[in-house]
Amino acid sequence: MNPAAQAQQQDLLKVEPASPAASGAPVTPTTPVLCLCGAAARVGGRTLWSGVDLEVQAGEFVAVLGPNGVGKSTLVKVLLGTVPAAAGDIRVLGRRPGEAGHRVGYLPQRRSFDSDLRIRGIDIVRMGLDGDRWGVPLPWSRSRRAEQARVDEVIELVGASAYAHRPIGQCSGGEQQRLLIAQALVRRPEILLLDEPLDSLDLPNQSAVAALIGRICHQEGVAVVMVAHDVNPILHHLDRVVYIAEGGAVCGPPSEVINSETLTRLYRTPVEVLSTQDGRLVVVGQPEAPAVHTDRHTGREK
Amino acid sequence: MNLYLASAGANAWSQPFFQHALLAGTFIALAAGLVGYFLVLRAQVFTGDALSHVAFTGAMAALAAGYDLRLGLFTACILVALLLAGIGRRGKADDVVIGSAFAWILGLGSFFLTLYTTSASGMNDGGAGVRVLFGSIFGLDAGQTLVAVLVALGVGVAVMFLGRPLLFATLDESVAAARGVPVKALGLAFLVLVGITAGEATQAVGSLLLLGLLAAPAGAAVRLTDRPFRGLALTAGLAVAEMWAGLAAAAWIPRCPPSFSVMAAASLVYAATYLRRPTTRRSRTVTA
Repeated sequence: MNPAAQAQQQDLLKVEPASPAASGAPVTPTTPVLCLCGAAARVGGRTLWSGVDLEVQAGEFVAVLGPNGVGKSTLVKVLLGTVPAAAGDIRVLGRRPGEAGHRVGYLPQRRSFDSDLRIRGIDIVRMGLDGDRWGVPLPWSRSRRAEQARVDEVIELVGASAYAHRPIGQCSGGEQQRLLIAQALVRRPEILLLDEPLDSLDLPNQSAVAALIGRICHQEGVAVVMVAHDVNPILHHLDRVVYIAEGGAVCGPPSEVINSETLTRLYRTPVEVLSTQDGRLVVVGQPEAPAVHTDRHTGREK
Repeated sequence: MNLYLASAGANAWSQPFFQHALLAGTFIALAAGLVGYFLVLRAQVFTGDALSHVAFTGAMAALAAGYDLRLGLFTACILVALLLAGIGRRGKADDVVIGSAFAWILGLGSFFLTLYTTSASGMNDGGAGVRVLFGSIFGLDAGQTLVAVLVALGVGVAVMFLGRPLLFATLDESVAAARGVPVKALGLAFLVLVGITAGEATQAVGSLLLLGLLAAPAGAAVRLTDRPFRGLALTAGLAVAEMWAGLAAAAWIPRCPPSFSVMAAASLVYAATYLRRPTTRRSRTVTA
């Protein structure tokens, strides 16, 4: 990508206050919590993307966008350290990926729990707190009360108190997603990596969960990197966008990335971004759909 | 070594064979309950079913070769549990392949049984096949009881030690892996424990019935509570209680083999959980 443009984008971000950090979370605007420099990923001998530069500050909400199969989830896995980066320097909280432990919360792309799974939501959240500790929880353990309080607190934060004591299999998709976000948050991570958390939710739940993530990000000062299929539900919560396509990537504020000019340059083919009356964005004419017949292909929303 | 020793009636309580059975049965049930709970949660009950075929064949092979029956029992169960782990990881094996393979293994068991009963050492032991298929808990001597108790204790301690990470890996594999839980190693270790438990349960209720001891208490507990560790404790408690009830019934009721009464108790408890109305099935609330 254009180095001048990148510098300009980063300047813009530094001027912009990262968040209204009302809760007094430790926001240090100088050191980024996430830093990718010339990063590349290769899976099965195929380079998915390369030359990705990205810096994420505490309390920033970043979306990873792009067509299917372009390596969006792989980016999250590279940050987690479960997939090695093929090139470049990657720092997560100043360390190598996978070394930051519970300071990174993760919500994988998933289907929902089986409807006959009879385990309470609160127990699923609890696993995020102590699930990796050996042994079984002892009723006379001293830390028990504090752990219970933390679990209740995080469930309250995501607004899941009403159904946390029900078997998770009986919760709706949106309720399960809130409980899983609580699970990812329970150890107070500084970075939250979310892989398509709005997938398979209905529209009201999409906007509700998006608002919840935006609130966690800006009020609690947690940096959020979220892979998304559709940018519209999260558009007005976003600080920045990483758009991956055709092996390259563009980073910047949503308005600077999701426009006809930038995407045309990224795809190296004419792409048009339309804005509807209520501010939703529609990307039309990506290479998968023959570019001329945009009326036939109604434009896959990104 | 008689299945029907129990016809001795109430006097059985003071007999050493009954005390051995009570001691071994208690710990075997404890181990089977703890392992069974995770077996049910992980939807691997089929593994237990497969192992019941293998347990018989392993025991018969050991007898035919002139070794202690338990050597073949444990070796076969652990090896096949590991084999099943390998199949499971590579993807789903064909139903027909699995069905035929295990039927063939059981057939192999009948071959070893014939080999054994027609050999010099097995000439007077025609009941060996029945003993392994349907259990012989009243036939344990002091030494066998001690080994059974120690092995069961080992399994119980191991399950408790793996408890939380195993639950995490069972319910939420990808997050557990991202948190650094050794998901694959845990799955493998758990199957080894299942193999050992199958070998233990075979001594108590027999290879054909071991699935009842593994699955029924856990199935009941899963229906009775939705808290995972309460469920684990409840499973172990139910399994032990059912074992005691079964042994007591076998001691009091003439011509009641213990394997039957233990299985009857386990099945009754499981069936009884269906009488209870499921908890908290409130109408779904819409979150917005």
